[in-house]
Amino acid sequence: MLNAHFKKDLPTFDLEVDISLSNGILALVGPSGAGKTTILQCVAGLQTPSWGEINIHDKAVFSSDHGIDIPIRNRRIGYVFQDYALFPHMTVEKNVMYGKPKKGNIPNKALNVSNVLDMLKIGHLRNRYPNQISGGEKQRVALARALMTEPELLLLDEPLSALDQDTRSTLQQELLKLQTQWKIPFILVTHDVQEAEMLGDQIIKLDRGKQEEIKGIKKLHKAQ
Amino acid sequence: MEFSFIPIILSLKVAFASVIIVACSSIPIAGLMAKREFLGKDVVESIITLPLVLPPSVIGFMLLVFFGKNGPLGKLLEQWFHTRIVFTLEGAVIAAAVVSLPLMYQSVKVAMESVDQNLEKAARTLGAGELKVFFTITLPLAWNGIVAGLVLAFARSLGEFGATLMIAGNIPGKTQTMPLAIYFANESGDTRQASILVIIMTVFSFLVIYGLNRWGKGSKRDSRGGGNNA
Repeated sequence: MLNAHFKKDLPTFDLEVDISLSNGILALVGPSGAGKTTILQCVAGLQTPSWGEINIHDKAVFSSDHGIDIPIRNRRIGYVFQDYALFPHMTVEKNVMYGKPKKGNIPNKALNVSNVLDMLKIGHLRNRYPNQISGGEKQRVALARALMTEPELLLLDEPLSALDQDTRSTLQQELLKLQTQWKIPFILVTHDVQEAEMLGDQIIKLDRGKQEEIKGIKKLHKAQ
Repeated sequence: MEFSFIPIILSLKVAFASVIIVACSSIPIAGLMAKREFLGKDVVESIITLPLVLPPSVIGFMLLVFFGKNGPLGKLLEQWFHTRIVFTLEGAVIAAAVVSLPLMYQSVKVAMESVDQNLEKAARTLGAGELKVFFTITLPLAWNGIVAGLVLAFARSLGEFGATLMIAGNIPGKTQTMPLAIYFANESGDTRQASILVIIMTVFSFLVIYGLNRWGKGSKRDSRGGGNNA
């Protein structure tokens, strides 16, 4: 569960954010430079908001009033970068294992590396290096690596923008599936309105830092 | 006169000791300088790089001032450890380390700065603290630059002449390294000794540069090592 209400002063405009998300996928959509990635980075702790507060599961990870700013590594947030940011000097398996907590917090999820690799259909790639796999496969590795940390919230920064249409459609379906399996909220940044409508339970449109439109769409395929 | 191998052995000792000191100091310093902003950073940077442009005699003179009998460090060493640096092989090591530090430092810093920051950010989102990020991401991806720096520092240490002469003197069998032996053999007309040492140094230096160039090209092709260029 995420409650974020903050402001971030950017060079050309001020970013105002008011997000509340309990489960499902929140799609942030808007043109380049609208502040989408900044929102993700503020939530993750890679950037500091100018003012406001961010609560995850009712625990404050940032609060300007109370002087709280929990470091990234303790926020329990999974982050999938736009360029995947896979470690080039590690195999797929080492990448996925990098953030595995020493002692798992959610034992019933049976979070071992083989399960996660199989779930994302990348088990056969475990000994390959990132530059030996395709873009779609890199995306799966990045997802597996983020999920392996047992996050309470998953942030995805334009995760599908660099992929061809076929791979994109497949991964869109898998993201939906993953979200229902994992039962944690996802925030997904995209510049593609169609993609936002297809994936988002909630959609926020951003333009120059302002939240323009909020839709609460119940997706048909979820009801089925 | 018979050819003496001792200068070669002394030079190797000095160069190895110097490289160890340079590696242990330049890697953490470069890590800090590449990743952190602090007051007076430019001043620190300039001081580290200074030996690259100063004449070795100036460095030798400064080292004498510091480590001489009445210098601040020289006095301390004398009082606490009953030891001295001037006219010893340790002095030669210090001289070599000071002049080769900037080479190693520059090489490591550039390599660390070129490590993709997103990778370090990704590691932090995966729960890594700053030390883990440094040792598992930054350092391995800057490895090419570190090795290049080590080799350059070793070669520069081996060739150090001016500062070494001033602080360690020219004591055959004790502080007379290869470059000093060449100079003084030539002065005293022993061209055979001088020529052999000149050939050894030239061949070695050529191999270092050639090897580094070859290796640099190879690692760009290498599918795994080129991560910092990605």
